[in-house]
Amino acid sequence: MREMTPQQRQPVDPHVPQHALYALLQEDGSAGPGAPRLDDVACVTLFRSMLQLRTVDRRMVALEQEGALGFYVSSQGAEATILGGAFALRATDWIFPSYREAAVALWRGLPLASHVSQLVGSAGDASKGRQQPMHGAWKDLHIVSISSLAGTQLPQATGMALAAKVSKKDDVALVYFGEGSTSTGDFHVGLNFAGVWKAPVVFLCRNDVARLHETAASSYAEKGRGYGVTSVRIDGDDVLAVIAAIGGATERARRGKGPTLVEAVSTGTDAIERFRRHLEHRGLWTTELADLEHTLSAELDAAVAEARGAGSPAVETLFDDVYAVPTQQLVDQRAQLLRTRRPHAVRSVRG
Amino acid sequence: MPVLNIIQAVNDALRLEMRRDPRVVVLGEDIGKFGGVFRATSGLFEEFGADRVMDTPLAEAGIIGSAIGMALYGLRPVPEIQFADFIYPAYDQIVNELAKLRYRSGGQYTAPVVIRTPYGGGIRGGHYHSQSPEAYFCHTAGLKVVIPSNPYDAKGLLLSAIRGEDPVLFMEPKRVYRASKGEVPEGDYTLPIGKAKVVRRGAQVTVLCYGAMVHVVNDAVERAVAEGLDPEVIDLMTLSPLDEATVLESVEKTGRVVVVHEAPKTCGYGAELVALIAEKALLSLEAPIVRVAGFDTPFPYTLENEYLPTPERVLAQLFETVRF
Repeated sequence: MREMTPQQRQPVDPHVPQHALYALLQEDGSAGPGAPRLDDVACVTLFRSMLQLRTVDRRMVALEQEGALGFYVSSQGAEATILGGAFALRATDWIFPSYREAAVALWRGLPLASHVSQLVGSAGDASKGRQQPMHGAWKDLHIVSISSLAGTQLPQATGMALAAKVSKKDDVALVYFGEGSTSTGDFHVGLNFAGVWKAPVVFLCRNDVARLHETAASSYAEKGRGYGVTSVRIDGDDVLAVIAAIGGATERARRGKGPTLVEAVSTGTDAIERFRRHLEHRGLWTTELADLEHTLSAELDAAVAEARGAGSPAVETLFDDVYAVPTQQLVDQRAQLLRTRRPHAVRSVRG
Repeated sequence: MPVLNIIQAVNDALRLEMRRDPRVVVLGEDIGKFGGVFRATSGLFEEFGADRVMDTPLAEAGIIGSAIGMALYGLRPVPEIQFADFIYPAYDQIVNELAKLRYRSGGQYTAPVVIRTPYGGGIRGGHYHSQSPEAYFCHTAGLKVVIPSNPYDAKGLLLSAIRGEDPVLFMEPKRVYRASKGEVPEGDYTLPIGKAKVVRRGAQVTVLCYGAMVHVVNDAVERAVAEGLDPEVIDLMTLSPLDEATVLESVEKTGRVVVVHEAPKTCGYGAELVALIAEKALLSLEAPIVRVAGFDTPFPYTLENEYLPTPERVLAQLFETVRF
């Protein structure tokens, strides 16, 4: 039996039926035994971030429907898993999101306008508009570039975690993914390598569907056991449970105890409302907070305007960053594009 | 100066760079205690230990995927794919992930991973131990593709690759791993990536080749010279980015071109060379450009010597092209 922290003793068996998922937030808003102790400021900050995520998400869904975004997939309902995971990390730990967790960058301090710039592909994007919405990268925030392919980030996170370990650093890598990714080869490869290497990596599986599909396993977490990866199932809509599980996993990782797979199951309850009741229970609920959605919406208006105002990245940048130094081929192709973009060049071709 | 074969030169380069730069790590299947199936990493585990010479589980996507993570953290991983034929399970990690990290992150991230892999036929390896998949990777923006033909180039190019800031696919011609021997300086030296080498000056026809085929071409050219021909031979050394200037300068001089590679002909690397010459040196040509290549069949086991370009096939083509 692997050593576990107190928080992990309850959820460790992936065979627990769903109604017994590890949870901490009670109906009345109180927190169950073993809950992480968040101070008042942390509680309010976390609540604000959860609500911000939802506010941004709703707006982006609307913009996508208007045709203003080339791509968007809602993260609504995943706020507790996304933010609880990041909350439990140190700022220097590394995050490998899938596209549904792109907004985790806001938690790490990304200005809202920069986030929206990535979504609209404007010049204000840190990645220079190179990728479709929800596929950003923020190196200064230790958030790795996001892929569309399910599961590719798992072996990468394992490799980074191993690099930290052999470098004698106590950094941890947290990798997010949806339950669909547990079918991919990269999922199994990532877990197997992590188990063999005892890599300090935490796998956070967001099980959105609240049911098992396309798997013969009794849970997604069960898949970790064969690889020697400690596996837990938790209520993914309970932000305190997420913080406890990820906190326990990162602590184990830092002590050299290896990887953990956390399956955060969506129970269909409203994560934000549940945490709001916790604030109320603690006497932190104020009229200001009740009006927070309007404040966040106004902030978002300004951010969208700023992001759109930045315009498109310059044409010349199309050829940058393919290699450290542009090849002769790229230099030639850039010159060719710029030449043919000149109006008189087109006229002369047409005679 | 010591005389080494290609395996020894690769081993020498890895050892030298691991001593020089603590960020360099090697990983792959059986590359640690065992020293690699071709012994290219022999002795590294004993000198540098398990933290820098990592035996991996058998999964190429995991080898490359984890190497990417290591590079993102600041290490300089040099993963080995045991045979180039086994690289396909890692294709997505190489093409979509590794090669594109710099571009897709707007230059924030780089992943300077150097993937070493033995490639090519002529060793009775059949379909799964003989392929030359370089064209797939030359078509991949963000990746460099390097193929040395001899020990001196192998060491100098591998050191450049590891010290560079871009991901590199470093393909080693296993057919001549031991057969190709030459003087290799003991200490540090590098050869530039992206630079081809004229290995024989000549006036009548330009022969473009790389890797194991350089030796086949040299055989053919030796016989051609004895029969009065005067070919120029270029060892491309780097396929991506190609040294266009060296190729075009030669073609403008000779007006005749034969391309030799062992990969299948259709959409092989030769097609790119032919297209380049057609675009930039068409009016210098005195004869059709011809490819002597592997055939558009899967790599055969029993008949591999019929499939692979031979000195005889190259020689016949040299005469035909010169006399056109």
